[in-house]
Amino acid sequence: MIAVLDYGIGNLRSAEKALQHLGAEAELIDDPERAATADGVVLPGVGAFGRCAQALRMSGLDGAARFAIGRGVPFLGICVGFQLLYEGSDEDPSASGLGILPGTVRRLPDGVKHPQMQWNVVEIADGCDSGLLGGVPDPAWVYFVHSYAPERTADTTSTCEYGGAITASAERGALWGTQFHPEKSGAVGLGILANFVRRVDEACA
Amino acid sequence: MIPCLDVDAGRVVKGVRFVDLFDAGDPVELATRYDAQGADELVFLDITASSDNRRTMVDVVSRTAEVVFIPFTVGGGVRSVEDARQLLRAGADKVGINTAAVDRPALIAELADEFGSQCVVVAVDARRRRPEGASGEATEWEVFTHGGRTPTGVDAVAWSEQCAAVGAGELLITSMDRDGTRDGFDLELTRTIAERSPVPVVASGGVGTLDHLVEGALEGSADAVLAASIFHLGEFTVGEAKAYMQLAGVSVRPPSPS
Repeated sequence: MIAVLDYGIGNLRSAEKALQHLGAEAELIDDPERAATADGVVLPGVGAFGRCAQALRMSGLDGAARFAIGRGVPFLGICVGFQLLYEGSDEDPSASGLGILPGTVRRLPDGVKHPQMQWNVVEIADGCDSGLLGGVPDPAWVYFVHSYAPERTADTTSTCEYGGAITASAERGALWGTQFHPEKSGAVGLGILANFVRRVDEACA
Repeated sequence: MIPCLDVDAGRVVKGVRFVDLFDAGDPVELATRYDAQGADELVFLDITASSDNRRTMVDVVSRTAEVVFIPFTVGGGVRSVEDARQLLRAGADKVGINTAAVDRPALIAELADEFGSQCVVVAVDARRRRPEGASGEATEWEVFTHGGRTPTGVDAVAWSEQCAAVGAGELLITSMDRDGTRDGFDLELTRTIAERSPVPVVASGGVGTLDHLVEGALEGSADAVLAASIFHLGEFTVGEAKAYMQLAGVSVRPPSPS
C-alpha cells in the first residue's frame, strides 16, 4: 500500500487518483501508525510552507515520514511536500522543515512572475542516473505551481529554467522529491509516478 | 492551449454570443480526448449553475479527476469559500469566479487566503462600449455578469487590475462581442489587460481559425489561449492547433507524440 499522507492540506486527491490510475493501491492516510507501515509514502502539499510544516507536525505524520525515510521505504515529496524535506524556507524563516535533506528553500529569482504557474522543461543534471526521471522523453515538460524552490545541492537531479536554474527534483537513495506536480503533468507525469510505483513494488518483492 | 467546456445539466454545449446552444457531448469524454491530444489545461464552465446542477457539476469534476491528469479550472455559480471547497475537493485545481466577485470583491481575497492565489481564477466577461459622453468608436470595455446578461457599469481593465491586486492568480478574459462568432479574439482587449497584469492572462472568445490562436498569443500578449467550438466540432485537434502555433513562433509545450 502507498500512503498518501493526509494532513488536512489542500487537494491531495489528485496524487491519490493518479497512483490508482496506474494500478497502485494508494490511500489517503491520516493515521501515523498506518502510515508507518506503508510500502511507499507520498507527501503532497500545497499552499504556504509554514502552514504545511505546522499541519504536518500537528497531524503526527511528521514522525511517520521520518520513520519511513529512516527505514529506506520509497518516499516521494511533491511540491511543498518536497520542500518540507529540507531544513527551512525563506517563505517562513520561523518554521522548520524535516531537515532530512540539507539546504534551504529559496524564493524564485526576481524579474520573473511569481508564482511560476506553467508547463516547463526539466533538464536532468549532468552525469545523473535518475531513477525518478528514468525513461522520460527529452525534453520532458511538466507542470509547476510555486513561488519557492529548494536551493541546488548535491541531491538535485534536475532543474528548470525560470530566471535561472531552479531545482525541479532531488533524489537521495529511496527518497525522491519533485517541485513540479507529476500528478498534473499528463503522460510524462504519469511516467514519473510509474517509476515510483515500480520502485515500491521492487522494494516489496 | 486550453479547450473550454461549457457544461449545462451535465452536457457540453456551445452557443453564439452566449445564446443559441447546441449539444457537443459528454464532458468527461471530451476532457479525456483533449488531454490525450495534448491540451495544457482544461476549463469547465457550469453555465446553468442552478442548485440542482451544482451536484451534477461536482460529479462531472470528480469523474474527470479520475481520468484526466492535467490542471483544470471549474467555474460557474461559485459564490462562497464553501462552493469552492466542494469543487477543489472533488478534484478541480482552480475555481473560476465572475458574478460573485463583482458583487462582493472580498470573495477573491477570501479564496486566496483559504486555498492560495494559484487556485483563484477571475473570469471577466467584457463588452465594448463608448467612453461616457464620447461619440465614435467603442474604446472601452464593460464587465458583464450572470453569464453575460447583466451590465455592471464596471470598467473591465480597471477591474482586472483590482482582481490581480487582491489575490486572483489568473485572469480569464472573454470578449462577449466575439464569443461564438469565430471572428477571432478582441486582441486589443486581451493586450490592454495582459500588459497591465502581474498574473497570467487567458484570452477567450471568438476563435474560428488556428491563426486566431497565434494572434492571441503574439499580438494579444496572452499567456494562454482558450477555444471551444473549433475542437468540439472536430475541425481541429488540440495537437494540430499546438503544432500550428509552434510553427508560427509561439512558445508551446509540443503536442503529445501519440
